[in-house]
Amino acid sequence: MSPVAEAEARAASTVVSQQFPQGEAAVKLDRKRSRRGVLFRLLFLASLVVAVLSLLTLLYTVVNQSFGLTALESTIPPEELIAGLGLPPETALADLEADSLVSILLEHVSRNAGRRLERDQRFFEDRLVFEPQDSWDALCAGPDATPGCTLPARDQASIYQLVLERVVEPNVVATWSFTESMFDRASIEAEVAADFPNAELEFRSWVSASFVRSPQNPEPELAGIRTAIFGSLWVLGFTILFAFPVGVAAAVFLEEYATDNRINRLIRTNINNLAGVPSIIYGMLGLAIFVRVLESLTSGSAFGAGEAGGVANGRTIVSAGLTLGLLVLPVVIISSQEAIRAVPQSLRRAGLALGATKWQTIRTHVIPNAAPGILTGTILAMARAFGETAPLVVVGASTFITVDPTGPFSKFTTLPIQIYQWTSRPQPEFQHIAAAAIVVLLVLLLALNATAIILRNRFQRSY
Amino acid sequence: MATEATPTVTTTGHDLRRRSRPVEALIQGLLFLAGAISILVTLGIVFELGSEAWLFFGDPQVSWVEFLTGTEWQPGIGKFGIVPLVLATLITSVIAMLVALPLGLAAAIYLSEYASARVRNFFKPVLEVLAGIPTVVFGYFALTFMTPLLRTIFGQGTVEIFNDASAGIVIGILIIPLVSSLSEDALAAVPRSLREASLALGATKFETAVRVVLPAALSGISAAFVVAISRAIGETMVVAIAAGAGPKNFNLGEDSLFNFILNPFKAGETMTGHIVRISGGDLSYGSIDYNSLFAIGLTLFVITFLLNLFSQRVVRRFREVYE
Repeated sequence: MSPVAEAEARAASTVVSQQFPQGEAAVKLDRKRSRRGVLFRLLFLASLVVAVLSLLTLLYTVVNQSFGLTALESTIPPEELIAGLGLPPETALADLEADSLVSILLEHVSRNAGRRLERDQRFFEDRLVFEPQDSWDALCAGPDATPGCTLPARDQASIYQLVLERVVEPNVVATWSFTESMFDRASIEAEVAADFPNAELEFRSWVSASFVRSPQNPEPELAGIRTAIFGSLWVLGFTILFAFPVGVAAAVFLEEYATDNRINRLIRTNINNLAGVPSIIYGMLGLAIFVRVLESLTSGSAFGAGEAGGVANGRTIVSAGLTLGLLVLPVVIISSQEAIRAVPQSLRRAGLALGATKWQTIRTHVIPNAAPGILTGTILAMARAFGETAPLVVVGASTFITVDPTGPFSKFTTLPIQIYQWTSRPQPEFQHIAAAAIVVLLVLLLALNATAIILRNRFQRSY
Repeated sequence: MATEATPTVTTTGHDLRRRSRPVEALIQGLLFLAGAISILVTLGIVFELGSEAWLFFGDPQVSWVEFLTGTEWQPGIGKFGIVPLVLATLITSVIAMLVALPLGLAAAIYLSEYASARVRNFFKPVLEVLAGIPTVVFGYFALTFMTPLLRTIFGQGTVEIFNDASAGIVIGILIIPLVSSLSEDALAAVPRSLREASLALGATKFETAVRVVLPAALSGISAAFVVAISRAIGETMVVAIAAGAGPKNFNLGEDSLFNFILNPFKAGETMTGHIVRISGGDLSYGSIDYNSLFAIGLTLFVITFLLNLFSQRVVRRFREVYE
């Protein structure tokens, strides 16, 4: 190319090259752009990885605290009790017959304490241990007979629990997390030998069958979550009882009947707004309406059920269930609406063409076809209610109860509330049982969600 | 001709369409009532919060001005200034947003623009699981993991055991799934043709995502952000467990603005945290403490309700409609 032609070509391309780089510069810019593309792609991916890592860290934190070494100091070690009974040393205290356990109690518990225990619930159907027969008969004949007169006898498990609580009195003096226990065992053993010569080091799973079965207890190593699980189930029952029928009915109305007028538009917007109201506000609504205004209904006094669950003055399972019912109502409505919308129009027309009325068509065609979707949505809403804590604290879950709820008008506590209370305690043992309760909560939630997924996959239809 | 079109009706005298159907009408009425319950709930919330708050403001110890501008909340000595509670809520929410918005949006862009079906099938369930974990568990996480972590990084002296930073970060984590799923919906609604046009003009995938798809989905994404803010403000258990059990009362002239008042490493109770702590204790109905909770609740409700309304407006007004 001649120098003149070159100059001409350059002149011609100036206009273009001011906006678009040519040759070497273009390649450079291209590389820069593609490098930036890769960099940001990695950044975007990294943020997803952060989310995954957070989940893993959370699960790790919980599991790490649920298992680990503990140093236990007992007032009377179980081996001593076994030896005292003249049994071979390998016998476990938990496997003893009720007879032997009661004899241990008889030996180690003061007479008065024993009588109180027996009055709460007797040890044997056919005989008395601490209370003489005649004073017992007098007691039961009197106007204020103790619960022991009518209740069936204690079972072996509850007597074993008493032996632990009253005689062995295990006392956790130090605890370690799972990772510490795994990788640092030697120094832990040295530490225990130096600081707590009488203590026994054992690997403890804070989640255990007895943790799930035992009621609440001020001693963290004896405390369990039975009352809380029953409380959660009762509350959830009332939540379903309220939210399911009302939610589905509202969804049917909005999808099948509602014309586009002002009231119906208001209802629609309003449901979306309600879904965004903080849960604690529902708690305050529940406190004001169910606990205070409707106290005579929710405490059961209007039905003469006052004393069955103690004086709960409106802070009962019904109030809590209804409060959570209001809370999940928008969720149930929105998911049911989606399920109903997915039922093809042809099914409705077929029903109507055969002479069915509108309601007949809905009842026999629309709802059955939308049922899997509705159920899935409802179960997910239940999972949400199951983990809800703040509104129940406001409605007035009890801080400490050891008796299982007996009915809708009982005082209650629930699993998340139990976790909240244990988490708020400074002692490390409470952090461990809070973690254990979280494990149980997550397992139950997983079961609920799995049910929803199975339902969805099993009954999913395509049109 | 018109009479011929419906001969059966005139001959038999039974117009099935006109027959009155009391059961159908009754059912429709009942279904309407179920739908109307949602309105009752809203009215109930407004009425209850309003009337109890009215009682609160009717008390001679309380004044509107002091409530809105006072920097000390000490019901015991009659000081009802909501500023420290609101400030703590703001601090935790801002921190939560700093965590959740960039991470959530980036995750959404990756899922919608880059990820293959297999990658999506891995990450989506993880996000759903994260979204399904109860907030009380996140509270535990904040107290037993995040706080010790912050204390190791910034020093035991700087970071208190209960602090707003730890609660804020964890709220941010728990909101990531919300932001990412709402934003992803918005991104997915942008038609393919826009992306293809951009790619055909020589834009890279990144340029297409950020300069074409993102602006097109802006209304949905900003709505997602507003919903996330309202969620962060209303979040309760994390702050109740990790942020501190007392309002961070301050005195504007005396306390240092950055070392104390706005310092996220200090304990500071939020509006929601305060409501939970006080109502969890023994509270006598009708006392000024009890009524004051409803005044806080009303403030909280108004803020979140306006945010939610605003987000719905944003979606409706700025939605780009594509054929």
